[in-house]
Amino acid sequence: MTDEPRATPLEQAHEALGARMVDFAGWRMPIQYTGIIEEHRAVRERAGLFDLCHMGELFVDGPDAGDALAAAITTDPRTLAVGRAQYSMICAPNGGILDDLIVYRLADDRFLVVANASNAAVVSDALAERFVGRRAILDDRSLATALVAIQGPAARGILAPLAFVDLGAIRYYGIAEGTVAGIPALVARTGYTGEDGFEVFVEASAGMTIWDALRDAGRAAGLAPVGLGARDTLRLEAGMPLYGNELDGETTPYEAGLGRVVKLDKAGGFVGRDALAKAAEAGPRRLLVGLAVRGRGIARHGHAVWAGERRTGVVTSGTMSPTLGIPIAMAYVAPGHSAPGTMLDVEIRETRAAAEVVPLPFYIRPR
Amino acid sequence: MIPADLRYTKEHEWVRVEGDVATVGITAHAADQLGDIVFVELPAVGRAVEQFATFGVVESVKAVSDLFAPVGGEVVEANEALAGAPESVNSDPYGAGWMLRIRLADPAQLDALLDPVAYEALVAEA
Repeated sequence: MTDEPRATPLEQAHEALGARMVDFAGWRMPIQYTGIIEEHRAVRERAGLFDLCHMGELFVDGPDAGDALAAAITTDPRTLAVGRAQYSMICAPNGGILDDLIVYRLADDRFLVVANASNAAVVSDALAERFVGRRAILDDRSLATALVAIQGPAARGILAPLAFVDLGAIRYYGIAEGTVAGIPALVARTGYTGEDGFEVFVEASAGMTIWDALRDAGRAAGLAPVGLGARDTLRLEAGMPLYGNELDGETTPYEAGLGRVVKLDKAGGFVGRDALAKAAEAGPRRLLVGLAVRGRGIARHGHAVWAGERRTGVVTSGTMSPTLGIPIAMAYVAPGHSAPGTMLDVEIRETRAAAEVVPLPFYIRPR
Repeated sequence: MIPADLRYTKEHEWVRVEGDVATVGITAHAADQLGDIVFVELPAVGRAVEQFATFGVVESVKAVSDLFAPVGGEVVEANEALAGAPESVNSDPYGAGWMLRIRLADPAQLDALLDPVAYEALVAEA
């Protein structure tokens, strides 16, 4: 991509807040406002507001919408009740992951597929190609849609007075149509932080109105704007994979511990089914694990993981956990080294730091 | 504000010379650019460092960055307190956030460093 990065509809807000901006997946995005650790804690303790306008929003309509989607992705969206969502993946014919997705059922014959910004064009193209000959229309509204997330224990209390939609009736992984601050919106109870929270989809032109309304409503509760930096540390603590780190075209859902989203036996088959069936039968060559680094240093993406003198894998993501106060990482390792309690070493700048395999997620919110 | 009594590198380290001992840290500008600092790796006391060579690493939540020695010499002290409180590099970069004390091998090396005016200009350009 040589084009200038695109500004989101919330650019003015970031500028006014003095955000530090970075180029990310073709977009100019806020990486931090006041500091990653402070923003991270705001989400864990109160609430955070995120600009997610870079994400891809793909609407699928038509009498064959369910069948067409089912044939294109690994889950079976036909099993979703209206107003419910599922985590899913879209794979290449060889079983490699093209992207991870959330699929929402908006009506019997209408779905919303949310793709990562970095893969939105790939997913849009793949769906369009896979829908050929079916009575399903793909409407890529990525540029026409503003997406704002409000996440954290105070999120519901902040959003509720603004929302003409019963938030209490939207369960986790649910979605409803209504209004927020008088603006027509889709409100979903999904997120990428490990906290309770909501994602609000509106027309791009209404993005600033929604952002400002939520900021005002959240002032007393300590709602903080949160950038991509803390979004990454939050999702890592929550054990959630990031495409490009834990997931890519060389990785199968089974290796990522996400075999549950592959419905091999669904009616009509799907792209990648045969390759994934083989992979399921052969068993994973490597598995995604959590690591708690006990030695000195912070494990980072690309660092080698050792079991004694044998190189067993590689770190996919790592950071200092703001909540736990220790360095944490996710890594692919040989299945024989994946059991919690296994002691491994991470190679950090030519020295080895002890790391213990621990269960994912690292953080589970108190209920 | 850039302290007037220090010398600087182009890589944003500072040095304060008292007698033949140089105290070394990173500037407020560097700490701000890195963001929340969570880990500092420093050499052992007794090790020799060379001017402008890397002597350690500073890690923020997001990034890893090398540290460059403003002057060469023997490490006489490393700031052990940073192991438990790396955030002092952000909160007090010219004070509690200091990193190394080096016994100067050659005071003439100081001439190769930036004075406060030159460093201020460098930061203003960035």
